[in-house]
Amino acid sequence: MDQNCLHRVRNKALGIAHGVGLFLAMLVICLPGIWIVLSSLRPTVEIMAKPPVWIPQQLSLDAYVAMFSGVGKGGIPVLDYFRNSLIISVTSTVIAIAIGMAGGYAFARYRFRAKSAMFLGLMLTRTVPGIALSLPLFFVFARLGIIDTHFGLILVYVALNVPFTIWLIDGFFRQVPKDLAEAAQIDGCTRWQAFWQVEFPLAGPGIASAGIFAFLTSWNEFALASQLTRSINSKTLPVGLLDYTAEFTIDWRGMCALAVVMIIPALTLTFIVQKHLVGGLTSGAVKG
Amino acid sequence: MATVSLKKLTKSYGPVAVVHGIDLEVADREFIALVGPSGCGKSTTLRMIAGLEAISDGVIEIGGRMVNDLPPRSRNISMVFQSYALYPHMTVRENLGFSLKIAGAAKEEMDRRVAEASGILDLDQLLDRRPSQLSGGQRQRVAMGRAIVRDPDVFLFDEPLSNLDAKLRTQMRTEIKKLHAKVQSTVIYVTHDQVEAMTLADRIVIMRDGFIEQVGTPDEVFRRPQTRFVAGFIGSPPMNLHEAAVDDGQLLFASGERLPLPSQFKANVGTGDKVVFGLRPDDIYPTGHGISSGEDVDVHQLELPVTVTEPLGNETLVFAEFNGSDWVSRMLNPKPLRPGDRLKMSLDLSQAHLFSAETGKTLRG
Repeated sequence: MDQNCLHRVRNKALGIAHGVGLFLAMLVICLPGIWIVLSSLRPTVEIMAKPPVWIPQQLSLDAYVAMFSGVGKGGIPVLDYFRNSLIISVTSTVIAIAIGMAGGYAFARYRFRAKSAMFLGLMLTRTVPGIALSLPLFFVFARLGIIDTHFGLILVYVALNVPFTIWLIDGFFRQVPKDLAEAAQIDGCTRWQAFWQVEFPLAGPGIASAGIFAFLTSWNEFALASQLTRSINSKTLPVGLLDYTAEFTIDWRGMCALAVVMIIPALTLTFIVQKHLVGGLTSGAVKG
Repeated sequence: MATVSLKKLTKSYGPVAVVHGIDLEVADREFIALVGPSGCGKSTTLRMIAGLEAISDGVIEIGGRMVNDLPPRSRNISMVFQSYALYPHMTVRENLGFSLKIAGAAKEEMDRRVAEASGILDLDQLLDRRPSQLSGGQRQRVAMGRAIVRDPDVFLFDEPLSNLDAKLRTQMRTEIKKLHAKVQSTVIYVTHDQVEAMTLADRIVIMRDGFIEQVGTPDEVFRRPQTRFVAGFIGSPPMNLHEAAVDDGQLLFASGERLPLPSQFKANVGTGDKVVFGLRPDDIYPTGHGISSGEDVDVHQLELPVTVTEPLGNETLVFAEFNGSDWVSRMLNPKPLRPGDRLKMSLDLSQAHLFSAETGKTLRG
């Protein structure tokens, strides 16, 4: 009886300790995010204060109002940046997924010469840090005259994302048994129909997660975008953050407000497909 | 309903040939089983008939029409896969109706045919479930239902029962037999299980290394195997097969032991011939504990030491040593035995088989 009681108490204590531990861990993880949101709402004095002001004294939406109030009144062309980001991210994601699906399917289903070497080659391209390519890319793009265009940035992001989408989608197609496509063909489908009716829906979650990753990569990318864009023609939101830096000052509050604006679509998208995302990561990456 | 005919059908992967120009005629409404050990080319042959595997040479005709280069969908066949290959994202109803949907059938027609198939296979209760919610046997039935719905000329089965446990396998075997009686269509059934082949098929095709060894009714392949391989493959427990030399009207085994030459082969062999002697366990029995053929014309008696016994309830398999190895025999009226006991065995040599040691072909006239 005593022992039972002891174990019950111990289990309860462990449960509480577990909860507290998790809370602290999550706090550390979430703190930067929370700090950005808070900083976007408080005056610069409070942001820069030393020692830091933990509890905000006064909150206002001034930074957001200013951001959208137009150039010359402390605002930046945020809608243009948003449009650029959206066009570039969506287009490059769609293209990367289309290529990734074709490539992933080929790697999963067909046997061809130098298959593993090609796969390894694709993966190796991921080991090169993007920033290392920025200078050569700049020269090439300058020659081609595609600096500061949507096309240029889309091209870069497609190249950046394709190896990853191929790798992820390949894993998902491998998990769809070959028999299913064959059964569909016997049931009257053409090869093409069998793919869209049977294999595609089954690999759907994997393709969705590959899409999210590709989208987030393009949406958040800064290093290459800052080199290859110049004006509101093509500047994306991450590059737009730099508009808040002046020669002697940095408008931390405005920058944080823009960061929040940037995070919201990404967060919403991730939230909507998070189930697929987690499933995608755990079941697609490990090849059976 | 249709005939299937294979003429000089060949499949090679690069320089490696896996099916060597086989010929086979399957009659309308016939149930034919392709059987053989793994790697014998039986599944490849089936996949070529289905159109899932391109053929390297030869001709495939279904219902008198050459289908060599037709895609699977144009051959009017159905196939049941070993893995069932049910579409996991569709319900049973959608699985059954998939081929009709692709063909653009009207809703009423689709409902009617799905209902018909589910009635035959007792799937009515399961129509709204997904494959993941079904047991192995139920999935198997859905796979068969999907095949029936298409109302094909030919049913192809690729080891459909090998993923089921022993009890369910027996049950589904009966169902397949009933199904064939009901739908009366041509069936080509691939299996590595000779019991399935024997129980289901009108004729059995025994394949080995990409060649057909023998085609015949279950009775023919069991009683009159044309080759040593067929003799060893068909029958459970397998036939006792031992090499011997013909010596002065007797069979001389490697150990020096002798058996009289079965009289039915006397005309076909002569002294010095190397042969393989075969006798089924059913034709060797402890005296008084088996079924004698009645006439006792060619029964030879030996006293042999028992090495192992396998009691099966209604009968006991007795392993006794002869010619340096164990010969299996069947004791239909079992009595307790211990290893080392000596038993008087009756060998019914009128049922014996002799094969050429060189070619493996039967020496029966």
